[in-house]
Amino acid sequence: MFGYYLDLAWRSLRRTPILTGLMVLAIGLGIGASMTMITVLHVMDADPLPGRSALLYTPHLDPLPLKFNGFSVGHDASDHLTWPDAVALLNAHRAQRQAAMAGGDLLMRPEAVDLRPFYVNGRYTTSDFFAMFGVRFEHGSSWRAADDMAGAHVVVLADSLARKLFGNVDAIGKMVRLGENDLRVAGVTADWYPSPLFYADDRAKRYSDHDQFFLPLSTAVDLNFDVDGSVDRWGKTLNVDMRSATTTWLQFWVQLDTPTQAAAYKHFLIDYSAQQKSLGRFQRPASNARLYSLMGWLAHENLVPSDVRLQLWLALGFLFVCMLNIVALLLAKFLRRSGEISVRRALGARQRDIFVQFGIESAAIGVIGGVLGVLIAEFGLWSVRHRPDDYAHVARMDVSMLLATLVLAVAASVMAGLLPAWRACRVAPALQLKTL
Amino acid sequence: MEIRPILSSLRRHRIPAVLIVLEIALACAVLGNAVFMIGQRMASIHWSNGIDEAGISVITVNGTDPALAASGIPRDLAALRGIAGVTAVAAVTSMPLDQNPALTGFTTTPDGKTTVNTSVYFLGSGGEQALGLHLLQGRFFNADEYADSGLKDFQSTGHVLLVTQSDAQRLWPGQGALGKTLYANGKSWTVVGVVSDVLAQDPKFSGPGGRYSSVFYPSRPDSMMGDYVLHSAPQDRDRVVREAVQALGRLEPGAVVEGETYAQMRTDYFADTSSMVWMLVLVCVVMLAVTAFGIVGLTSFWVGQRRRQIGIRRAVGATRSHILQYFQTENLLLSTAGVVLGMVLAFGINLYLMQRYEVARMPWYYLPVSAVALWLLGQLAVLGPALRAAQVPPVVATRSV
Repeated sequence: MFGYYLDLAWRSLRRTPILTGLMVLAIGLGIGASMTMITVLHVMDADPLPGRSALLYTPHLDPLPLKFNGFSVGHDASDHLTWPDAVALLNAHRAQRQAAMAGGDLLMRPEAVDLRPFYVNGRYTTSDFFAMFGVRFEHGSSWRAADDMAGAHVVVLADSLARKLFGNVDAIGKMVRLGENDLRVAGVTADWYPSPLFYADDRAKRYSDHDQFFLPLSTAVDLNFDVDGSVDRWGKTLNVDMRSATTTWLQFWVQLDTPTQAAAYKHFLIDYSAQQKSLGRFQRPASNARLYSLMGWLAHENLVPSDVRLQLWLALGFLFVCMLNIVALLLAKFLRRSGEISVRRALGARQRDIFVQFGIESAAIGVIGGVLGVLIAEFGLWSVRHRPDDYAHVARMDVSMLLATLVLAVAASVMAGLLPAWRACRVAPALQLKTL
Repeated sequence: MEIRPILSSLRRHRIPAVLIVLEIALACAVLGNAVFMIGQRMASIHWSNGIDEAGISVITVNGTDPALAASGIPRDLAALRGIAGVTAVAAVTSMPLDQNPALTGFTTTPDGKTTVNTSVYFLGSGGEQALGLHLLQGRFFNADEYADSGLKDFQSTGHVLLVTQSDAQRLWPGQGALGKTLYANGKSWTVVGVVSDVLAQDPKFSGPGGRYSSVFYPSRPDSMMGDYVLHSAPQDRDRVVREAVQALGRLEPGAVVEGETYAQMRTDYFADTSSMVWMLVLVCVVMLAVTAFGIVGLTSFWVGQRRRQIGIRRAVGATRSHILQYFQTENLLLSTAGVVLGMVLAFGINLYLMQRYEVARMPWYYLPVSAVALWLLGQLAVLGPALRAAQVPPVVATRSV
């Protein structure tokens, strides 16, 4: 019977091309708009390091004074660590791997005479960064752990930057001029674009920034390099030393392999906070200390701007309006064929057979509308990619979203067809047959 | 026009009636909120700014040697003054809407607490004229104040500052601001002038409270001053930017020099808001079109269902215009029910969005606007089918049972 119903559906759709066209258009537009925003949300919520993200955590301490004067919409100064806290956590060695980091934006003066000076984004960090996040080295290696706090003048470049400066020549051992200082290249990493840039601070462009150089944190502080990111200071008089205990600017990430280790690390953070409180440094309760998993941290940071969520709701509202109008059009379409329905009923079809017939017709419209919806969603994503927003360029459709589009289209049109199909199968056959 | 026959007819055809009411209600609710969001964003694009936006160009210089700033900046300023068309030029630390906030919390008492972060601008000599600040009370800085003030750790070493009108009213309501003192981080400064509101470096980051909260300090040439502000006639701006970038490129060979007009900076800041507005307009138009098609399709079918009734009425003496009026009135009843329900829904949706997404409360006049739009749409959509119904001849009544 399924093939017969498909045949009936196809004939009926061909008989009223305008009405069919309108319904397909309505489904396509509603589904296309919704899937555009759902895909954007899906991509923005994606895991930046699948496979490793379950092992990575970031500690959160609360060194702020009880009456903290700093306030900006959505920015929490305690999201970052002070230098003494970061050094204490590093020295405690309570995790498999650990790294403290902060962003930098430095002026690079290439030796090549045909290249003008330019600014590059990078990270000041400690040596465990590369192993912990699985950053692959093309040549050389990172600096040694001993160099972390010793202020060695070394730098690790990303492949694209090394090529820009030195062409195809091996960059290991060469000197680069960053700011006013010369640093020796110790390693070259493969280009790495985690999306979102989960380890950066909240001022970074999480979906379009990526780091092109890495150098030891202590070197950056010794040489007074500018920090590209949130720096919050408090106190009666401002202390601008980056090593001060009243300036938060560092991010900290650890690798903990088992949940028991994670629980133990959280206890360590609370103990550390209690100890700092008894020493008079921390003023807020020790229980404010927290340990976030990578995905939990991204959720806390609320990377998806409320604009995008509003657009999603708008698209879903638009889909709902389209579905309601399709219910109206399907009702008109099905009830116009009361004569045909009553002939079928007279020949022995039960009410549920009529219901199934019209359900399949709705699904057929859904399939055609779904194909149109995929095309409209592709167009919608193309227009999102041309927006000036930070997340724009990652808006791309993948296989799971494509299948979701078709499934959503068929589901929406079958749901829209439920009421009209039910009304159609309740048509009294005798009355209709008389007026044929 | 008798309403009771229409109502009893609607009671017998509940499903199409309810569908039309729901279509109109839902479209009204979504349209109301979408138009409100458009209004909000258009308002933000047009935030006023108390500087001469049409006449300003900004050149940013990064990477100069900090030790040479004291001599380098005056030399650069002299070269920029020499460009034809430039009426004023100054060095400043940041510009409104440059997206690099430098914020401090100021209080009126030494131990006060504030919830507003204020944008801090350091101006070099002539900065007020180059920016085109409008002085409302008091005076601008004098030459002594420029010579005596510098900045250390992003705090002014001088003793004076200018505040904006909004801050003057917020900090000292009902009193004048001139001569009052502001405190921050253990230091204090005296207000010598009040200027009209200037936007923050990043109003979206600072929030509604910090949008127009800006403070201006005088300063000697300092390495933190990375922006040169040039004032010229609007038609000269592009040429001035080109020549300035060339001149500074020659004078500062190791630095990165970029220039653009302030109008371009403002457009860049609001670029994402503009694209959102376009998208909202598109969604509204398409949604209205889809709703119109839905209503037309359903109504023409429903009117077709009642051919025999129409024929009987025509046979007993109704004229064509009676039939037309009947359907228009019926549609009026349904549209009115739909827009009332739609306004309630719109209000409810706005309340929900206010809680979850920090959207502002929708002013009451948006509700009637979307109601009237949908009401007109409903009336126009039924016109076609109603005219066709009026053409039904009386002889239809004599056919079949």
